[in-house]
Amino acid sequence: MSTPMLEVTGLNAAYGQAQILFDMNLKVRANEVVAIMGRNGAGKSTTFKALMGHLKNRSGSVRLRGEAIEKLPVYQIARRGLGFVPEDRRIFSELTVLENLDLGRQPPREGAAEWTVETLFDAFPNLAAMPDRPGSDMSGGEQQMLTIARTLMGNPYLVLLDEPSEGVAPVIVERLARLILDLKAKGLTILLSEQNLAFAAALADRAYVLDRGHIVFEGTMAELSANEAVCRAYLTM
Amino acid sequence: MYDASTLFAQLLNGLSYSSTLFLVASGLALIFGVTKIVNFAHGSFYMLGAYIALTVTNALPTTGFGFWGGVVIAALVVGAIGCLIEVTILRRIYQAPEVFQILVTFGLVLVFQNLIYEFWGPDEVLAPRVPGLKGAVTIFGERIPQYNIALIFVGPVFLGLLWWLTHRTRWGRLIRAATQDREMVASLGVNQKTLFTAVFFIGTFLAGLAGALQIPKESANLQMDINIVVEAFVIVVIGGMGSIMGAFLAAVLVGVINAFGVLFFPQAVSVLIFLVMVLVLVFRPNGLLGGRMVAQRPGDLSIDQPFRLPTRAMKQAMLAAVLALALLPLVLPLYFEVIMTEVFILAIFAGSLHFLLSVGGIVSFGHAAYFGLGSYAAALVATRLGLPMAAGVLAAMVAGAGGGLLFGWFCTRLKGVYLAMLTLAFAQILFTLSIQMVSVTGGDNGIVGLTRPSWLNSHMAYYYLALAAAVLATRLMRRALYAPFGFAFRAGRDSLARSAAIGIDTARIQWGAFVLSGAFAGLAGALMAYHRGSVFPTDFSVSTTVDALVMVLVGGVQSVSGPLIGALSYHFVSVELIRNLADYWRLILGLFIIVFVLGVPQGIVGAFMNRFGKGER
Repeated sequence: MSTPMLEVTGLNAAYGQAQILFDMNLKVRANEVVAIMGRNGAGKSTTFKALMGHLKNRSGSVRLRGEAIEKLPVYQIARRGLGFVPEDRRIFSELTVLENLDLGRQPPREGAAEWTVETLFDAFPNLAAMPDRPGSDMSGGEQQMLTIARTLMGNPYLVLLDEPSEGVAPVIVERLARLILDLKAKGLTILLSEQNLAFAAALADRAYVLDRGHIVFEGTMAELSANEAVCRAYLTM
Repeated sequence: MYDASTLFAQLLNGLSYSSTLFLVASGLALIFGVTKIVNFAHGSFYMLGAYIALTVTNALPTTGFGFWGGVVIAALVVGAIGCLIEVTILRRIYQAPEVFQILVTFGLVLVFQNLIYEFWGPDEVLAPRVPGLKGAVTIFGERIPQYNIALIFVGPVFLGLLWWLTHRTRWGRLIRAATQDREMVASLGVNQKTLFTAVFFIGTFLAGLAGALQIPKESANLQMDINIVVEAFVIVVIGGMGSIMGAFLAAVLVGVINAFGVLFFPQAVSVLIFLVMVLVLVFRPNGLLGGRMVAQRPGDLSIDQPFRLPTRAMKQAMLAAVLALALLPLVLPLYFEVIMTEVFILAIFAGSLHFLLSVGGIVSFGHAAYFGLGSYAAALVATRLGLPMAAGVLAAMVAGAGGGLLFGWFCTRLKGVYLAMLTLAFAQILFTLSIQMVSVTGGDNGIVGLTRPSWLNSHMAYYYLALAAAVLATRLMRRALYAPFGFAFRAGRDSLARSAAIGIDTARIQWGAFVLSGAFAGLAGALMAYHRGSVFPTDFSVSTTVDALVMVLVGGVQSVSGPLIGALSYHFVSVELIRNLADYWRLILGLFIIVFVLGVPQGIVGAFMNRFGKGER
């Protein structure tokens, strides 16, 4: 079997003296969509921060396409092709849509889909309608789209999507789901965190369930949906 | 009164000064915006620019080309030095609490002062007139130097250049993005290190340029650095931290106020400017154009271990230490007795700062204000009213508390850097007043002739008084630390929002802490006044505040016993340095501060405890 896109072994992470993640192992294969599920405080966002290098207090190994990245600074991790869409979106509010996209730009990578402003505007028609709007004047859903598009401008191999469906209107959630499936069809690999089982079930191939920093379940999405005990114990229904 | 033409001429002169102020303040704003460093050394780069420009323009031919070329070369050299400082020192403290950043950059101020003194000497140096712009223009019958007119345009030109850079280039937009959220910028694959170094280059280049452009107007001197940096801080705070446009508006405002202030209130120009800043901050706490800042650091001083009540063994150790100190005069030579007396007084002062800083997370960067209020109150009560020492000490504590009451009311409305700058502003107002209100304060000469009552005349008696005061003050402050008030104050340090949510009136608690801290600082001021028999404007100066900050730092921010240990070690070292190495003491002190903050940020007591006494302090 070929090298996984992302392979995490024995990941521990802590804020100060409080350990949040315990000996976490996970694997994402190329062109897979994998969901990390769990309640608030289970450690989903912390996992992403640790993978991205924002959380310095961590140990364990993180390999992207076989290359160890756990010791690299954040920007080097990003330049290796790991894209990050944070939960709180973090649009540069003073800058326009086009300017936000421009800051995400990185040279194309072999083996990853190549994005330009034009192809992104095709994929995100609502952004195409407002190229010069400043980030501060956009709705939550529009900001969510822009964050994803901005990350894609870096032509990543894998995108970490932190709770994309949180805090956006149901109609946008649907649009987001379709968008993520489109991205998968274009060859992107996605690791997303989610609380919403229905949303994850529609998108993901496999899932990990996280509880207080421990992985308590791993399997295909169908296995998870069928496993009522796990769903009831660890997921919000 | 003045006629219209004089006023107009003065307006032009003010605008010409605005350009200088804008160059310095925009660099400061740029650096602060991106790196979040409060660069106290920014004025030193300005001063360095002036001195280097003098040397370079003297070496070049005296043509217009020589002058302007020299100015640019000087600015480039300053920018390069700025890069060097960023890479070697500042890069290490981006994550550090503000107070450490202020201390390190103040250490740089001392180093630069000493080095410039070494290279260029103590005398003021005036540059020759600028070739091509030697004359004056007559406007409405008033003669204004051509050079000043030319300078008026420099500010707007650089505003335009900076606007173009930050709005029309990708690199400039990166700067704006990083000003808002540098973590996200890194997530997009941008190397912050190069970005920060480049921003530091631009910022220090602008400061160097401003200094170089100033030399035809004003002789280069060793006081340039503090004067300009305090004004630049005021401008950046008025304009809104990190906002270039805000810095421009504020620079024009301050330049013009300066020009007219000189005509109408020559005694109180700087007071006027600080009052404007206070007004702006009260009505617009983030400055004229400052947006809300994303907090990028957890609290000011992340105290990883809470203060603990002393154990029985520790109480016994403290009692033994006090007893040992009480027996010390029997064996100590007179010289050490005097120094130790000062150590006790300074320990009270440092303790009062420690209370605000460590217990409450409030960076009181103008703490000298309360010390000076105390010393001057004691001196005035003694010399003007002829009252005995007890009345002087009481008046000093009331004055210090009153200062805390007044300044605290303003300061507790603000947070972080703004609060630190406002406290500095209050101290600078008092410093200026103490120099300028000669009839009351005696100006630079201070007030002399305080005499102690006869029973306190001997050094030994005063030693015991100081020791008793230090023990009492420390005990009272420690009592407050473990009282409900102290718990509420500490809760505010860790999270203002959560404290408010559980019903703590954080502003009122902090206000109370200002009053308490002010009273003890005032006590220290009075004891020092009676110890020396005199008071001077330096009691209010930045360096008095920095002395106390260094003592707290040396002792350890997180330890209750820190201020005494800090006062002890710092005071002995600085006295010996000034005595034996007077020409280099600033250099040594500056380097010491830098190395200490980088190497032992937890202080002597903290380092000791980490090593030998896990968990207890």
